[in-house]
Amino acid sequence: MYRYSEFDHAFLAERNRQFRAQVERRLSGALTEEEFRPLRLMNGLYLQLHAYMLRVAIPYGTLSSAQMRRLADIAERWDKGYGHFTTRQNIQFNWPKLRDVPDILDALAEVGLHAIQTSGNTIRNVTADHFAGAAADEIADPRPYAELLRQWSTDHPEFQFLPRKFKIAITGSPNDRAVTRAHDIGLRMVRNAAGETGFEVIVGGGLGRTPMIGKVIRDFLPAADLLPYVEAILAVYNMLGRRDNKYKARIKITVHEEGIDRIRSLVEEEFATIRPRYDGSDQVLLAEIQQSFAPPAFVAKPVAAEEEARRDPVYRAWAETNLTAHRRPDHAIVTVSLKAHGATPGDATAAQMRVLADLADDYGYGELRISHEQNVILPHVARADLPALHARLLKAGLGTANIGLASDIIACPGMDYCALATARSIPVAQELALRLDALKLEHAVGPLKIKISGCINACGHHHVGHIGILGLDRAGVENYQITLGGDATETAAIGERAGPGFAYDEIVPAIERLILAYLDLRQGPEETFLMAYRRLGAEPFKAALYAREGERDAA
Amino acid sequence: MSRAFSPKVVTANDLLTGEVVYLAADGRWSPRHADAELLTDEAEAELRLIEASAQEDRVVGVYLADARPGPRGPEPVHFRETFRTRGPSNYPHGKQAEGIPQT
Repeated sequence: MYRYSEFDHAFLAERNRQFRAQVERRLSGALTEEEFRPLRLMNGLYLQLHAYMLRVAIPYGTLSSAQMRRLADIAERWDKGYGHFTTRQNIQFNWPKLRDVPDILDALAEVGLHAIQTSGNTIRNVTADHFAGAAADEIADPRPYAELLRQWSTDHPEFQFLPRKFKIAITGSPNDRAVTRAHDIGLRMVRNAAGETGFEVIVGGGLGRTPMIGKVIRDFLPAADLLPYVEAILAVYNMLGRRDNKYKARIKITVHEEGIDRIRSLVEEEFATIRPRYDGSDQVLLAEIQQSFAPPAFVAKPVAAEEEARRDPVYRAWAETNLTAHRRPDHAIVTVSLKAHGATPGDATAAQMRVLADLADDYGYGELRISHEQNVILPHVARADLPALHARLLKAGLGTANIGLASDIIACPGMDYCALATARSIPVAQELALRLDALKLEHAVGPLKIKISGCINACGHHHVGHIGILGLDRAGVENYQITLGGDATETAAIGERAGPGFAYDEIVPAIERLILAYLDLRQGPEETFLMAYRRLGAEPFKAALYAREGERDAA
Repeated sequence: MSRAFSPKVVTANDLLTGEVVYLAADGRWSPRHADAELLTDEAEAELRLIEASAQEDRVVGVYLADARPGPRGPEPVHFRETFRTRGPSNYPHGKQAEGIPQT
């Protein structure tokens, strides 16, 4: 893992000292709210529906056990004993008090965490494949590049006042788990014909009000050109991006309006100017960063006992859904579900965070990851240790066997917390998961991504859910629109709207009808929901959604 | 002719805690929606909003929210304002945990 240098520590301490003084000036009346607001937002402090909210970045989703313990301490000491992991690999504390925030930021800085650029029209937390450095299908660990981008973009003077916020995602695997095609810039590591490592650069993706799948601006960018090329994209966007209309200010609109070919030629022109200014020091820094991402000293252990443990059906169900192939055959990647049926997606109590930190120390070389799907990952666990790990997870209420299944729902905070929301998301997710559990169907249904957003800003990624749910305010009543056929992976697609929305108490039965219809329609268990949807189109699913009572009974 | 003015209350969040508060007729900020002054006159409502917005040492995010008269005092009209009177639905946190009546 990357460890802060003296420079990093000094930078953060100074930044936190400044913010402490800014809070004091706000409280003394020396700063108006209008003056203070951009300062608090730069430091991740929002005002939400019922309280302030502090958004802390978890760079590329990587946490040490010590950092996780500190998050637990903060949740307990300054919040209400829990934290909420988000779809951008951040953690949000929902109840901080203004006077406490400088102390919270100092406590974070002690373990190398911060809330800088988790708001505002800046380059936000760079997100990455949550299996980075562990996945069997990976070309190379993308996190050193993500860390390089983090250092370069933090407080970058040219990019503090972009037309709009800017999100970068990176993956080192051909199987895209980082939703790179729905980011302002998506970076997919690839090899060229000569076997050299570089990036496919995707630009202009995004969800929100105007969802767009990103377009390839460069098929192959040599890895050494990453910073100057990203800088060229940002420079072009900074000039061309629309500042006249907030809803047209993201780079996806710039790319859409100007056309990818024009953007490409402008970026290449800019790149030609910028590239010679890079004297190689970025590569020296990258080499240093890469050293700190060296894999842990893996301990080889026999796997026979783990295979034996699969006779236990509870363990086996969990192993089948929550484990992913590690690059070492005697290890596995463990995804710990924060989606116990009926719980709030992405929430972890302080006690659970400590259990996860302990498990990381005991079985996982001290490493943890947060996924954009709001789960926690132990990236390196010897298979021999899995049964013992599973037993401890069960005890802590963290043993739910549902990763990738229908109840592994992404949900934004929605109108239970968020000031921008138009409807609630969390209780829809809770009730849906409880219903799925009662039906005992989700293992038979197989892979199914349900994603819920409480407004068109789409923090819940509903557009790329196989089933997307969007909560809206229709004439003063919560109403939920369904989209079908979305896909967040390398075959990314924006879901299509199924038709009229459903009332709050109709949405869970509607999703149940969809799932039951899929079971009737599929050619066999090997045909997933998404495959069936692609084969059949929307019509049979719409029929199930909108069939009137009588017709449903007759069917 | 402009449309009939729908009654309003002045609401905001407490500067220090972020808690939802309502402006009472005597100028105090109360955590209870029912304590709010129900403003039935548009000009009066605008004036109260301006006065309240000037209290930057106490509150942030001041705005007018639709409300209607109820047996114990003003009640919220929109579901968003109803949620603000009690707290989130997934945990017993916020006003609902502090014994503050919802309306």
